Amino acid sequence: MSAAATPILSATGLEKNFFGVTVLKGVGIDLYPGTVHGLVGENGAGKSTLMKIIAGVYVRDGGDLMFDGRPVNFTHPLQAMKAGVATVFQEFNLLPDRSVAENVFLGREPRKHGFVDNAGMASATAALLAELGIDFIDPTARVSTLSVAEQQVVEITKALSFDARVISMDEPTAALADNEVELLYGIVEKLKARGVAILYVSHRLKEIFDLCDSITVMKDGALVSTGPAADLTTDELVRRMVGRSISTFFPAAIEGTVVGDTVLSVRDGGNAYITGIDLDLRAGEIVGVAGLQGSGRTELAEAIFGAMPLTRGRLELNGSPIVIHSPRKAVKSGIALITEDRKAQGLALDQSVLDNALLVIRGVFPGRTRAARRSVPGVLASLEISSRGLDQEVQFLSGGNQQKVVLAKWLASSPRVVILDEPTRGIDVGAKVAVYNLMRDLAKDGVAILMISSELPEVIGMSDRILVMHDGRIEAELEAGSSEETVLAAATGTLRASSGEVAL
Amino acid sequence: MTANTVTGLTSPRRRIRLDSTVIVYIALIGVIIVGALLVNSVGRNFFSDGNIRDILTGMSVLGLVAVGQTLVILTGSLDLSVPYVISLSSLIAAETMRGSAANIAQGVLFALLVAAIIGLANGLIVTKLKVNGFIATLGVGLMISGYLGTMYKGSAGRVPAEFQVIGATGIGPVPISTIIMLALAGLVFLFLRKTRTGHHIYAVGGSVDVARLSGLRTAQPVIIAHIICSVTAGMAGLLLASRLGVGSPTVGSQGGYDLLSIAAVVLGGTILAGGRGSIWGTIGGVAIFAVLDSVMSVMQVNPFLKDVVRGIVIVAAVAVYTGRAIQQRRARFATRATTPDASTATEATK
Repeated sequence: MSAAATPILSATGLEKNFFGVTVLKGVGIDLYPGTVHGLVGENGAGKSTLMKIIAGVYVRDGGDLMFDGRPVNFTHPLQAMKAGVATVFQEFNLLPDRSVAENVFLGREPRKHGFVDNAGMASATAALLAELGIDFIDPTARVSTLSVAEQQVVEITKALSFDARVISMDEPTAALADNEVELLYGIVEKLKARGVAILYVSHRLKEIFDLCDSITVMKDGALVSTGPAADLTTDELVRRMVGRSISTFFPAAIEGTVVGDTVLSVRDGGNAYITGIDLDLRAGEIVGVAGLQGSGRTELAEAIFGAMPLTRGRLELNGSPIVIHSPRKAVKSGIALITEDRKAQGLALDQSVLDNALLVIRGVFPGRTRAARRSVPGVLASLEISSRGLDQEVQFLSGGNQQKVVLAKWLASSPRVVILDEPTRGIDVGAKVAVYNLMRDLAKDGVAILMISSELPEVIGMSDRILVMHDGRIEAELEAGSSEETVLAAATGTLRASSGEVAL
Repeated sequence: MTANTVTGLTSPRRRIRLDSTVIVYIALIGVIIVGALLVNSVGRNFFSDGNIRDILTGMSVLGLVAVGQTLVILTGSLDLSVPYVISLSSLIAAETMRGSAANIAQGVLFALLVAAIIGLANGLIVTKLKVNGFIATLGVGLMISGYLGTMYKGSAGRVPAEFQVIGATGIGPVPISTIIMLALAGLVFLFLRKTRTGHHIYAVGGSVDVARLSGLRTAQPVIIAHIICSVTAGMAGLLLASRLGVGSPTVGSQGGYDLLSIAAVVLGGTILAGGRGSIWGTIGGVAIFAVLDSVMSVMQVNPFLKDVVRGIVIVAAVAVYTGRAIQQRRARFATRATTPDASTATEATK
């Protein structure tokens, strides 16, 4: 970051209103070639709005946007892309049934003698991928066969194919496992070396400090601070974002929480995706599950919940054997699963807050609907959901509030075992803390909790015991407060030799 | 396929998927083998010139319609107006030709032009008025049907002998009509693969939003697909006129080409929601229907049972495809193994 450099993109005094509500108040940001600029703030702070104005998705109500020394007015994302301002959104804009190359060049397919040059398109894509240091993605592979991380690489390649000079990334690691994050780091370095300016939005502060040269903090639609990353500490950053320090991040167990009897136990359980599972969940205990993406964490949750039932081994609930062959059976038995993907699996997006909150009750315990109708507003209020009312469609809520609706939906069924799969993915710090507090409350009430998470600090900060999965097995059981290094070693299978635990 | 240099990230979940077009042809071979055995059991030869010619002839009309239908379905639309376009084009051709060889070119062009205009109307209604393709083409089909019903009480016009040759001759056991159909399928295949519009047909069917955000004119591929579909239906009408010697107001609807063509497309592995599928899959689907029909005629199966068999084939095919689509995650462990580690994770191999 040389002080003499001029910004490639410079925004000053950006304003945006939605239906009379100001969501962006005079925010400015400067992006310099070859640098990474972090943008942090709680959800609702206006980060997305700022990004979308730069990307041409929204038209600003006030302020100026300069790109490459000229004022610009992007009114369509494509216009911004063509000018050299690309955005990698959380929801990918890819066609799953088309090949990598066809996606990268969609709408600009190279032609030879008037016909699409498929071979040339594939080799051009391979060349772009090579520039990012990627040699394991086949340009002719269908996008649906790629992992989430690889699909993200395709999005970035698409941006690169427009010769983008500014690339905004919205929560690029939200759906990635730790080893995949390394890949993204590598790509960001490559982009920097090319002189691309990167606007990096993330809730993961570690990444912000790892990657960013400068950091802009936003709160309530306004700018809090902007400056070199070196001048900030994690504590200071969190304080600026939320007005409280990181020590309050993970609440301690509530006084009076007792670890009681075993509620659910699995002995030598397995199915097509996991095997040799031995597991005990006790009332009032929070058990964390760590592991790399694809290690079988989600599959473990789905097996217990009956979505992908166990085909081997025994499952006991409150001491008596039970076969859970469907989610319906699981719900009836008092098990709840807060899924990883709340939009696809947790919510009916175009239904109201109330309808979503009553979904489980109506579906499984219709007799309790009347009672639940009365209790749900209280549950929602206790979760501090900010919505315009119970009849607002959940698609218009922020990620954190949507997650709270999912939680409310399950709390309404009064479960005894709650499984949370990535409960804080893509939600802001305030909502995260609300989720943590809720978990502690549930534990206090004697609920057994299984929490799956990719974020190690979260697993370590919240769990009474930590299970680490690797290759479809529970690789290790670690005690509360284990170090990140130990958990990672188990997750990558390198702990095996030292612990003497050998998988058959 | 280039080699996968595995560097840490390639997930073990990836596997080489059997392309659905391949499955269609495997199914076709299965149907042929079973059919040949059945035909043999009643003392006839499945592979006789006459039988092959019957099957290929049976493929030609449905094939023409299904090729066009494939394009429309790939965009995520449907065309239910094809049977009426077929009837109308047979009548226009026969009435324009009036039995005279001099009018052949005129008749063909006029019939196809009218078909193209109907396709354009379908496409515009779907894209500009935003009427769902099912309803739009149902409506247009009804309008044509009403016109045919009031204007014609029976077959009309006459095509000259020179035109009837197309429907009646062949090279060896291969009818000219089938060659025309396959040539058209080849052209459409190249169109999908080698033109931007072809690529965009897949894109619009896959996701309109992604297509729009990538700067595509999302209406154009849909309109073009509808026009081509109506034109191929028109060609099917011409072929039927050449076989019958006259134009007929009911030849299309009697053949049930609307639902049958959609069934053939789906049987061929194209997804009804759009975005995925192939022309050769469709041709395979058409062939399966033709073989089934031929075998059942030879076996003198009653017409009711014929439809039952067709119905079972369609439902079974789609059940197989969806089953495959759901089974995305690759099993890592055997479902019920006595030794849990009988099959540990291994890279998918061909």
